Amino acid sequence: MSTINNSRRNFIKHSGIALLGSSLPISLVELAFAETTQNFSFAYISDSHIQHIKGAEFVRNWDQGLKRAVAEANLLTPKPDFVIFGGDLAQLGTKEELDHGAEMLSALSPKVHHVMGEHDYYLDLGEYWEKLFGPQYYSFDHKGVHFVVLNSIRTYDEWTYKRWPTNVQRMAEMAGLDNPNGSPFMVGDEQRKWLKADLAKIPKTTPVVVFSHSPLQKIYKGWNFWTEDAEQIQAMLKPFKQASVIYGHVHQIQYNQIGNISFNSVMATAWPWPYPQAYAQAEQYLPKLTVPMNRADPFFERDATGWQFINMANGRVDMHFSLDSNNSRTVGFNKSKKRPEDTVYPSEAKRTAPQTHY
Amino acid sequence: MRFIIVLTLSITSLFAYAQFVTGNADTKPSPGTIKQQSNPKPMLGLPPLIIPVDNPQTQAKIELGNKLFHDKRFSIDGTVSCSNCHDDNKAFTDNLPVSLGNNGKFGTRNAPTVINAAYNKVQFWDGREPDLESQSKQPLINPVEHGLSDYKPLLTIVQTDPEYVTAFKSVFNINEKAITMDYVAKAIASFERTVLSGNSAFDRYYFKGDKTALSEAQMRGLQVFLGQGRCVSCHVIENDQALFTDSKFHNIGIGINQIQQDVPKLAEAFLAAKNKGANVDISVLSDKKSSELGRFAVTDVLSEVGAFKTPTLRDIELTAPYMHDGSLKNLNDVVKHYNNGGVTKVGDPVNPYLSGGIRPLKLDNNQIDDLVAFLKALTGSKAANLAAKEN
Ligand code: HEC
Ligand code: HEC
Ligand SMILES: [Fe+2]
Ligand SMILES: [Fe+2]
Repeated sequence: MSTINNSRRNFIKHSGIALLGSSLPISLVELAFAETTQNFSFAYISDSHIQHIKGAEFVRNWDQGLKRAVAEANLLTPKPDFVIFGGDLAQLGTKEELDHGAEMLSALSPKVHHVMGEHDYYLDLGEYWEKLFGPQYYSFDHKGVHFVVLNSIRTYDEWTYKRWPTNVQRMAEMAGLDNPNGSPFMVGDEQRKWLKADLAKIPKTTPVVVFSHSPLQKIYKGWNFWTEDAEQIQAMLKPFKQASVIYGHVHQIQYNQIGNISFNSVMATAWPWPYPQAYAQAEQYLPKLTVPMNRADPFFERDATGWQFINMANGRVDMHFSLDSNNSRTVGFNKSKKRPEDTVYPSEAKRTAPQTHY
Repeated sequence: MRFIIVLTLSITSLFAYAQFVTGNADTKPSPGTIKQQSNPKPMLGLPPLIIPVDNPQTQAKIELGNKLFHDKRFSIDGTVSCSNCHDDNKAFTDNLPVSLGNNGKFGTRNAPTVINAAYNKVQFWDGREPDLESQSKQPLINPVEHGLSDYKPLLTIVQTDPEYVTAFKSVFNINEKAITMDYVAKAIASFERTVLSGNSAFDRYYFKGDKTALSEAQMRGLQVFLGQGRCVSCHVIENDQALFTDSKFHNIGIGINQIQQDVPKLAEAFLAAKNKGANVDISVLSDKKSSELGRFAVTDVLSEVGAFKTPTLRDIELTAPYMHDGSLKNLNDVVKHYNNGGVTKVGDPVNPYLSGGIRPLKLDNNQIDDLVAFLKALTGSKAANLAAKEN
């Protein structure tokens, strides 16, 4: 039996960065980083959408998704340095939902840093969330990397403060997709000013990683796969040699490179979104776009959901997706192409055929 | 005891199960051969069986395998044969919660039936062996089963016992010195490929349209199995055959529920031991907690903690107690476990690694009774005869 492990160990030695194949054995994390002390890993759990029914009752399916991710993250060996929760902990931003979610997250052994999602925010504009998790935007340094957390899901003041008769309605309007009453997400003046000052203190050679809930790039407005002032944030990251943005909200795997900035999304623990048609920014048919991700099988409630652990190797981000009832996937930074790349689906020619279902 | 040849080999058991035979004595094992052939005429409800090309079925080989399967001398104390735990008269199980091996030692797991194991894509509850040929080599040297420290005592017997020497000569055309474990394993596998069960009341109803084959309750139970019970998504029924397994691994909340708090420490310790070369077969069958790690112990994949292979449901009435740890006494308890959404006792904590396919079913007591009645319609004609003879 040990032969299996030996061959895996050799594999990891020879594959350079931690581009693991289809499975995700936890013993490998350690092996991949045995060499350098600067490299480390952290876990990323996002979009649990904990939903209150009544009394002590919550939607079982979403609870199970979060519990599973927490339990699996606790199995990582060695322990990740910290955990990021990527936002949308709650579904309708209530105290009950946030409390219930916080309680499940409390089982995590490493420290958790929180990112605000629109489902956490639009009921009380983050008031209760702040009591539980702290400020809505902040930065911290860890082992030579500068980490920034933004609340990227704010919007125009007129929409937030003047348009809705109740906070509950405001929350409900922002929760919908393709909702003509919705409004585009943005970081906003206040945080951009803060970010400018924050980044001014950081040497341009320091790797910078930004965590936001919405993508800090413009993908699809109708689903708010979008941040209105994305270009302004990108401009602030441009002077840095290595910059990465990691975001939730999209409930699917995305990756992109704009100039020096790498973009990676994370999966949801609750449910997957398909790819919006306009994502290709050209006429496209959905089946083609969904090839890399198995359709969510409605029988298996956890299908196409997951969580991820992230290796920081020399300032670059390698994303490892743990996807229940599907093969694990890794999106690693390809040094020669200078962009993130899926190790299993690198090019159309090499793509694995979609899973056939019985 | 060691030298008394106890051949429980019963020719009746050879005829009790379907068999098919092709070709003549084969020559040397050639591990490189992976191509396979299949039997042309399976029993009602079973798909064609794939036979490895390097191990074709012959009547003499099946008989040799049968004899090996029942030989108690291949054990440290001369009391353990494969059939101790896979008893022909108990639908090839032992009807114990966990199996009893040499010197009164118990393992950690329930003996799955050998019936239709020939169709398994992988062997054992956690799928740690790929086929019947490799599977049979494990129990012989497992300390809680046959308990041999290596294969030498077994090989000495088959190389010197005149009956075996003659049999191996005629089956494989080799002389006694050339008999190795590979030949022994091939013969046992050939025998196991005749231990098949089909043509149950369900098969006659479903695949032949015999409306009288099932009782009213069983017909209603089939609807629960296909619909609200959600059983068929894992215990698969195809259009023209049914093996009642998807050959996948799922955590359905058995065993793991009791050790949830220990899993992080346990998983870490297990992997550390495995990295140092610990044998998975021995670890999982001698340590109860390691056993509960399930498929994870084999693959190290986080999402497979507590996941076990979906077993067949054929002859299920005869193979109690149930599940990988034998913790459920009867089929009623099984259905209730599913109905509770993956916990045996209502209110027990659901484990976080639970399969996304398991959720509370909201079946009422009548539906539960119907479903249990249906499961009893899966007893194959041969096994049914056997059971009738017993009583
Ligand atoms: C001491 C009891 C015992 C003995 C003796 C024993 N087995 Fe088993 N057998 C088991 C148990 C328990 C398992 C399940 C172990 C596991 O999954 O980890 C098993 C599993 C199997 C399986 C896998 C079935 C499946 O559905 O995956 C086969 C086939 C099998 N045994 C055949 C044999 C053969 C052949 C021998 C003799 C060489 C043998 N067994 C001896 C108890 C026993
Ligand atoms: C998500 C997949 C899945 C579903 C759905 C499912 N099963 Fe199972 N079944 C399994 C697995 C896996 C095992 C073995 C679990 C273990 O031992 O830990 C099993 C074991 C069993 C056993 C015990 C078999 C034995 O030999 O011990 C019975 C009986 C059974 N299932 C019946 C049912 C019925 C009836 C239903 C529907 C109410 C059902 N199953 C639904 C996967 C499933
Ligand atoms: Fe979300
Ligand atoms: Fe969101």
